[in-house]
Amino acid sequence: MVRTNWKVFEEDYWAINTTIQELLKNSNATSVLLLDKTGQLISSVGEQPEFDMHSFASLCAADFEANSQLAQLIGEKDFSTLYHQGSNESMYLARVEQNIILVVLFDKRTTLGLVRLRTKKAVDNLETVIRQLYEKLEYENEELTEFDEEFTNEAELEIDSLFSD
Amino acid sequence: MSLINYSSREINVKIVYYGPGLCGKTTNIQYIYDKVAPDTKGKLITLATEMDRTLFFDFLPLELGKVKGFRTRFHLYTVPGQVYYDASRKLILRGVDGIVFVADSQRSRYDANIESLYNLHENLGEYSLKLDEIPYSIQYNKRDLPEIISVEELEQELNPKQYPSFEAIATKGVGVFDTLKSVAKAVLRNLS
Repeated sequence: MVRTNWKVFEEDYWAINTTIQELLKNSNATSVLLLDKTGQLISSVGEQPEFDMHSFASLCAADFEANSQLAQLIGEKDFSTLYHQGSNESMYLARVEQNIILVVLFDKRTTLGLVRLRTKKAVDNLETVIRQLYEKLEYENEELTEFDEEFTNEAELEIDSLFSD
Repeated sequence: MSLINYSSREINVKIVYYGPGLCGKTTNIQYIYDKVAPDTKGKLITLATEMDRTLFFDFLPLELGKVKGFRTRFHLYTVPGQVYYDASRKLILRGVDGIVFVADSQRSRYDANIESLYNLHENLGEYSLKLDEIPYSIQYNKRDLPEIISVEELEQELNPKQYPSFEAIATKGVGVFDTLKSVAKAVLRNLS
């Protein structure tokens, strides 16, 4: 079995989405993304950016990780938030629990102070949801019935057709 | 560490290309990017130095399409091969689901291959992982160059456990998809 420490179920997904949707509205941000530390995008709300979100998520995770290593070099455990200021667009990143990163994209329609304040509350809410999800995963014995031989056969056919010269 | 989202019915998996400096990891990814259909690929991200040496990683998201209702994505990463970028390599291995080790077939790179493979074992150890537990393929690249080591010798030194291995000339695309297919299928088989 792959270490699927990450399975997001219907109810958790909606709890996450409600929180980040609220954050988007209350902070007047343009988009909010939630990803894990390996760079996998979990969810996003707000204006659909023109860039590729999956590539963006991988760079955000790398950014956070690199900064975390820098923090350790100067004797900090990590930097729990990061802020990148642009002349028009800015981004604010915050760690949620150990493995999740919340990214808020915003422009001049709001301020860093408001984004920081609302993000702090959203992080608290998300941490509750994520902790519940962790507990569920710990006690979960459910077989992944979707991923049977039929799944493998179908996936292999798709792989053969996608990865060809 | 694959991400399975039951609500949005998505599966994301991470495949990492590992190997010594200048062995052709980025060339593999670049070839894949050039050849797959435009609607199946995302943006190719390359964090490289001015000399085109990978500084942090290359990243290519590929979408397989729906399999039994699940939208399946492969995230391909390369690591920087140069010895002194070890911290970056370690970070990229976090949450890996499948590994391709690209070996440089040239005789002059014999030691570099061994050192990089040893480094892979060491860095996986940091996450309490072993190579035996992860879908893994090995690629012997640059088979078109002079002064290369025989496949038998490479197998003996780099692949004693006989994981799937492929000869390749990544600049021409030879063996590139065979290697990727092998590891991608093994990763998805691991889910069932």
